[in-house]
Amino acid sequence: MLKFILRRFALLVPTFLGITIVAFGFVRILPGDPVLLMAGERGLTPERYQRLLEEFGYNRPLWQQYIDYLGDLLRGDFGNSFVTKQPVLSEFFTLFPATVELSVCAMVIAIIVGIPAGIVAASKRGSFWDQSIMGTALVGYSMPIFWWGLLLIIVFSGWLGWTPISGRISLVYFFQAKTGFMLIDSLLSGQDGAFLSALRHLILPSLVLATIPLAVIARQTRSAMLEVLGEDYVRTARAKGLSTRRVVGLHALRNAMIPVITVIGLSVGTLLAGAILTETIFSWPGIGKWMVHSISRRDYQVVQGGLLLIAVIVMVVNLLVDMAYGLINPRIRHN
Amino acid sequence: MKKTIWAIIGSLATVGLFAGVAQAKTLVYCSEGSPEGFDPALYTAGTTFNASSRPVYNRLTEFKRGTTKIIPGLAKSWSASADGLEYTFKLRPGVKFHTTSYFTPTRDFNADDVIFSFDRQRQEKSPWFKYTEGAAWEYFNGMGMPSLIKEIVKVDDLTVKFVLNRPESPTIANLAMDFASIVSKEYADKLQKSGKKSDLNQKPIGTGPFQFVDYQKDAVIRYKAHPNYWNGKQPIDDLVFAITTDNSVRMQKLMAGECHVAPYPNPADLPKLRADKSLRVLEQEGLNVGYLAYNTKVAPFDNVKVRKALNMAINKQAILDAVFEGAGKAAKNPIPPTMWSYNNSVKDDQFDPAKAKKMLAEAGVKDLKLKIWAMPVARPYNPNARRMAEVIQADFANIGVEVEIVSYEWGEYLKLSKSLKRDGAVLLGWTGDNGDPDNFLAVLLGCDAVGGSNRAQWCNEEFDSLTSKAKQISNQSERAKLYKKAQVVFKREAPWATIAHSVVFMPMSKKVSGYKMDPLGSHRFDGVNISK
Repeated sequence: MLKFILRRFALLVPTFLGITIVAFGFVRILPGDPVLLMAGERGLTPERYQRLLEEFGYNRPLWQQYIDYLGDLLRGDFGNSFVTKQPVLSEFFTLFPATVELSVCAMVIAIIVGIPAGIVAASKRGSFWDQSIMGTALVGYSMPIFWWGLLLIIVFSGWLGWTPISGRISLVYFFQAKTGFMLIDSLLSGQDGAFLSALRHLILPSLVLATIPLAVIARQTRSAMLEVLGEDYVRTARAKGLSTRRVVGLHALRNAMIPVITVIGLSVGTLLAGAILTETIFSWPGIGKWMVHSISRRDYQVVQGGLLLIAVIVMVVNLLVDMAYGLINPRIRHN
Repeated sequence: MKKTIWAIIGSLATVGLFAGVAQAKTLVYCSEGSPEGFDPALYTAGTTFNASSRPVYNRLTEFKRGTTKIIPGLAKSWSASADGLEYTFKLRPGVKFHTTSYFTPTRDFNADDVIFSFDRQRQEKSPWFKYTEGAAWEYFNGMGMPSLIKEIVKVDDLTVKFVLNRPESPTIANLAMDFASIVSKEYADKLQKSGKKSDLNQKPIGTGPFQFVDYQKDAVIRYKAHPNYWNGKQPIDDLVFAITTDNSVRMQKLMAGECHVAPYPNPADLPKLRADKSLRVLEQEGLNVGYLAYNTKVAPFDNVKVRKALNMAINKQAILDAVFEGAGKAAKNPIPPTMWSYNNSVKDDQFDPAKAKKMLAEAGVKDLKLKIWAMPVARPYNPNARRMAEVIQADFANIGVEVEIVSYEWGEYLKLSKSLKRDGAVLLGWTGDNGDPDNFLAVLLGCDAVGGSNRAQWCNEEFDSLTSKAKQISNQSERAKLYKKAQVVFKREAPWATIAHSVVFMPMSKKVSGYKMDPLGSHRFDGVNISK
């Protein structure tokens, strides 16, 4: 097992280097000279332009900029935002808990709804239930998130007034963040109703963010279950006279879960991508919204640093999934 | 709908958040974006100023709310020397800085604060010149202050003298701009001692109507009324900025009563907002102008008759409908109507394609071809330049002028459009900085700006002497006369086709009273009240 983990870990190094090149390169391919853009209609004198270029280090050859960038990264320095002048790393960690909170909630919804839905669809293959679950999943998968989010806001917050429109907690509550996770902080604050308010604020954004992973998980569970249900050992189990519930729940489900776990792991990437839109719609102060703003403000340092940090997180999550996979399926770690 | 906000306010009292206030009046403003920081001199964006300089700080001079008129601020009076090279400011005595959880001032505002506020932007040897990475003091530089200010002298604790290198009357207006906000030197000294200089940009201390309480990044900013504000405590007790970036969501929040004021609605949402009985929608022309600048150095556009003919071929109403969706107003002068000295007696070129065609023929121009540059970005003065260019293309086709639309990446566009040899007319615009006509007329049309921000490359002696003269006298009504004449010359010579001024809409709850639209585009909550 240790060898398996080490091998996976070693693979991360070239991937990480590749990502640094992509992050560095992407930002430079974006059209537009950041100094000229910063000045806008007002313009700059040539001397001042030159000086700002030097200050930002853009006058040096690209390879040199890249080497310096790598050196800084190794020292844990992701640079400072051009806009807010704050270190990228500290901004990231200020906002990251909000994204984690939202993503975890979305994932929980996706799993607790998606897996049972897939199981039901598979065990009643071809029935009305199967058709409607898979139909809904297809719709969910194809849903444009922005539109979907706005629609939910208009219906549930605007017309019905059941949920708040945006934000993380009602403005009534004011306490210093201890963990950055609003559910936890609101409990720690001891203020009446704060936790419920935070929870209410989470409902719509996590539903929206859960939509695509939920659909994927439901479909994956269904097809994995169908495959497993056709296996000999399931037939044997049935022949032994076990109840359907035991056959499906005990024998089939454990084996069917292997591909589902992979999909859940891969969904972390989807979640972070989805968070970009969801956070923008719901004014959720997380890293997705932060990235969108930084791109429109041409904040190179943040885009570069954020891209890298997000990629590292996806990599680490995938590593964890691989390890979990190895735990569940001995065949993997022995190969 | 309104229950939510009163629930908030009621609970604030019960939670005991603002102890001692039986029923705190809280105004919730759904702002369109996060501030970049809280030291306004480091930035140029209006969103940042709304959250920093306007609530937290004061300046020596101030803009009177809802106007571009300059009134005393931290300076109670000022005088200019006869040669216009020295401005002496008498400072207001007894002005208190904010007392917060992180700073308690031991003295009142004085001349040291003024000198410090400007020196950190202009003196490279100041330990504050580079106090945060990438501090470039963009606005201070952009307004040409380094070459304008020779020195700033402390005459006594309550008197400061600005010595200039050249007479320039807009200086007084410049000092009312956001970058000229006065910060506390005592606070800065304390931060320097404790090695926390960057807090100047994170936890501001000023003399303004509201004091900073807390900022949760990208989510909420909280302020409370400055209890010892020199101009009296504000009618509201607490001011909250709920950062809501999406336009549609912001309007939903306003309609649901989750905020009292929310800027920048989508034009498509306006009918719904206007129909809502609990809301009121204010509107005003923005301090901007969108224009099409011919290259007056290149034939046949050096001929005023050709320019006039083209101007007469443009159907501005069609542009307002197609590009601004009603959120614009046709422009006839190069300055917006909210600015002092706006010459309303100037007549716009009439839309008359037949006459335009005839004038072109009279000028001996046949088979004219023209490039129109369309900006790649949306700006308040031109939300969709490509679309605008297409409308003009169709208009010009009607008089037999063939148009090719070109565009470049924004940075390149700004750079290339400055060239004296530029081929074609450029769509561009300007948003004013200090409400002074000089900031439009001299910056965009002065002879000194040819090859720079004067995209028409137009240098007219008569116009230039009027604006230069106006810049050197300090009497505003005298200046206004000169600027009015300059606008007549501009219209006669037609270096631009003036297209439109944007219209800014500000929907708010009817409970909000005393809010005034600011022609400079900022959102200010001093003097604003809210009823139950």
